[in-house]
Amino acid sequence: MGSYVPSTKAERQAMLEAVGLKNERELYADVPQSMILDRLLDLPEGMSELEVRRAVTAMAEKNKVFSTVLRGAGAYDHYIPSIVKYIPAKEEFLTAYTPYQAEMSQGVLQSIFEYQTMICQLTGMDVSNASVYDGATAAAEAAAMCRDRKRTVTLISAAAHPDTINTVRTYCYGTNHELRVVPAKDGKTDLAALKEMLTPDVASVYIQQPNFFGLLEDAEQIGEIVHEAGAMYVMGCNPISLAILKTPRECGADVAVGEGQPLGMPIAFGGPYLGIMATTQKHMRKLPGRIVGETADDNGNRAYVLSLQAREQHIRREKASSNICSNEALCALTAGLYMAAMGPDGMKEAARQSMAKAHYLAKALCALPGVSMKYSGEFFHEFVTVLPKTEQVLKTLEDNGILGGLPVEGGVLWCVTEKVAKADLDKAVSIVKEVLEA
Amino acid sequence: MKLIFEKSVPGRKLSLLPACDVEEYALPEAFARRESLDLPEMSETDVSRHYTELCHNVHGVNCGFYPLGSCTMKYNPRIDEEMAALPGFTDVHPLAPAYATEGCREVLDTAKKYLCEISGMDEMTFQPAAGAHGEFTGVMLIKQYHRARGDLKRTKIIVPDSAHGTNPATAAMCGFDVVNIASAPDGCVDLEALKAALGEDTAGLMLTNPNTVGIFDENILEITRLVHDAGGLCYYDGANLNAVMGIVRPGDMGFDCIHMNLHKTFATPHGGGGPGAGAVGCKSFLKEFMPRSVTMQGEGRIQVRGFSGNFLVVVKALTYLLTLGREGVPEAATNAVLNANYLMARIKGTFTPAFDRICMHEFVLDLSEFKKETGVSALDVAKTLIDYGMHPPTMYFPLIVHEALMLEPTETESKETLDWAAEIFRKLYQMGHDDPEYMHAAPHHAQIGRPDEVRAARNPVLRWQKA
Repeated sequence: MGSYVPSTKAERQAMLEAVGLKNERELYADVPQSMILDRLLDLPEGMSELEVRRAVTAMAEKNKVFSTVLRGAGAYDHYIPSIVKYIPAKEEFLTAYTPYQAEMSQGVLQSIFEYQTMICQLTGMDVSNASVYDGATAAAEAAAMCRDRKRTVTLISAAAHPDTINTVRTYCYGTNHELRVVPAKDGKTDLAALKEMLTPDVASVYIQQPNFFGLLEDAEQIGEIVHEAGAMYVMGCNPISLAILKTPRECGADVAVGEGQPLGMPIAFGGPYLGIMATTQKHMRKLPGRIVGETADDNGNRAYVLSLQAREQHIRREKASSNICSNEALCALTAGLYMAAMGPDGMKEAARQSMAKAHYLAKALCALPGVSMKYSGEFFHEFVTVLPKTEQVLKTLEDNGILGGLPVEGGVLWCVTEKVAKADLDKAVSIVKEVLEA
Repeated sequence: MKLIFEKSVPGRKLSLLPACDVEEYALPEAFARRESLDLPEMSETDVSRHYTELCHNVHGVNCGFYPLGSCTMKYNPRIDEEMAALPGFTDVHPLAPAYATEGCREVLDTAKKYLCEISGMDEMTFQPAAGAHGEFTGVMLIKQYHRARGDLKRTKIIVPDSAHGTNPATAAMCGFDVVNIASAPDGCVDLEALKAALGEDTAGLMLTNPNTVGIFDENILEITRLVHDAGGLCYYDGANLNAVMGIVRPGDMGFDCIHMNLHKTFATPHGGGGPGAGAVGCKSFLKEFMPRSVTMQGEGRIQVRGFSGNFLVVVKALTYLLTLGREGVPEAATNAVLNANYLMARIKGTFTPAFDRICMHEFVLDLSEFKKETGVSALDVAKTLIDYGMHPPTMYFPLIVHEALMLEPTETESKETLDWAAEIFRKLYQMGHDDPEYMHAAPHHAQIGRPDEVRAARNPVLRWQKA
């Protein structure tokens, strides 16, 4: 069996004696003896590292890895620079706990402070927290932070990611608050319906930009409508797109949230990802989660600490703004590192190329018989087409190492990032053509 | 050290992307960003050196002793990292067709099987991303259960005053009123207080066992029976499972649902505050209430996060479980308990254990007498430990012990590390009597001196601004 216990049998015996016990069983004298397992667990025998490597690698090999990914829907296959993979694997970053002891954790604290700053720069907001679990939980936490005694209802656009809608619904159900879904029209939030639904009990409205179907919402106009009704405006953003799209601040958002995975994290079957969450100065003290602040040490030197802890569960207990404790610190570090490595130009380049290539693919696909855009609106790097023989097309693409778009109601949701070369897009299109013309 | 923004030089960049090989698309003005994007501009050397400098100012468990009570800072095996970095896992899209993700599902199914066996549960979900997130999920099971039965009068969750802050905060997030009950003098659940709190409005009890003072509550079967008799359910906070895994199972203690911190008990690294994973298990009668992802599994009930949770963390935990196997799991638990008792025995005679009896995987020192004698607080001791390269224990928790320091050495520390740590504690005890001023001012050789936390809270500076 494998083991990470360093002490030898003789050492263990010596330690037992030092404690005044005869055997290990006596360590568990407080446990009702009837409950102690009188058998070994039904687990396999432990293994050496080499055997474990074989066993786990065999599982990984049962997955099919596609060389070209044209599927997004909340998990985006962007290029991850080599340095972004390497640095978070450093054992210091990897194996530290939450930076409770500032004097021993300045590296982690500073990395979070830098991340918070970059998120503010990206979103245009004033204050970011140290992260939450993912984009869906960020939306749910935002809904909670916007409520007050009079305004208790949350609105969410039907054009948001289905996982986000369901997660926000769950959190609302938790605190016994109501969630209402604003319908979509031609793939975008129905503004007429939104206006009607903005009753005086509405606390906040959540819009995703670009939305689940890849379309760009009229985010600025929505902000005006929401504020006119006295509600708060929460925007869920794709962080890569923010390099070129109007920022949440420019759209009037009170809270900006988003799925941070595109910032240097692999798609990894859904996680770990990163929940981005930022707000305006006005709502700073309502923001949940860890926040790192700058201060000085007793010699007057710049120092970083976990700050504004009076909001948090370990102080406020049942009156806390959220129960969140662990967040996604290493993913936040990864995101900060990614943004530093890409720089402003690299971020814009990734966004522009993703957009350009998505439009290239859309145009090429729509030139094929029976393929057309399902919606007419402006889009970023995802779009829905009507696609005949969907199942057959996708399967043929997969057989050629290409993960095609995601089947959604009435069509297929495609995604292209800067990672996909033109030649691979052309190959995909010719495969689709072949199937359609067969 | 300088912030990354202060190292930025306009025009510097890495060469990462090729030129665009398709026609540019002109984004309509109405959608375009107007404000400038002021991210740092760095060379690759700049980036590498900056983060390397940061990492020299971090203490991880793989760097040295980290007896942070309640956090189970055991060694994080490198093989676990390597397995989680396999392209066969990292490059799998969560919404890829089922046949292409068989390996991922085998990971989840195998981990589920093993963790159900360890916890005595029938079903397991990996959707929750952290311990507190698991608590939320677990208590939502309790909520749905009562609602489904039309039992709407159950509005209260009972939480002992020794509990982690996440417990009452979770109960509130699930819409319950929190009933805090005082602990008995031995740190365990006060059965009379529990009986008084139980009633027709009890939805459930949240309990950590071994509890937060490191003691296994010997009345556990009576406790869970009382809650069940009152019609409530029992939630097990698995923060301290490391003490008993493979020895005794929460499911056999009468618990109905549970979360386990894979980043504590199952050796996955904590990453300076996440990503963790809060696997939630339940007995079969709660199975129908477990969360599902709408996009991955179709219509379901509750959902607490996108997709399937922190999948790569599960890969690490599974690698660890495969390594330890059926003998290794209880061996780890036993040695965690042995190490804690040994360290406590070695410190005894100087600092005073809050409960002088055999402990589980952690123990709490009560420094209130020491503080009375010397004026040196638990905080002062913690800060002085930093100068010796030891991460301080958890401070001022649980709330039921004054001047508390909570130590959890874990099973992956050797006898000589424990001897070394005990020596330092003995030394600091003496130092408190000889030179308290030195300890008030500690640390003296750390990355920084004591930070001004009041100033940080009063005048929040939460981001860097261009001068």
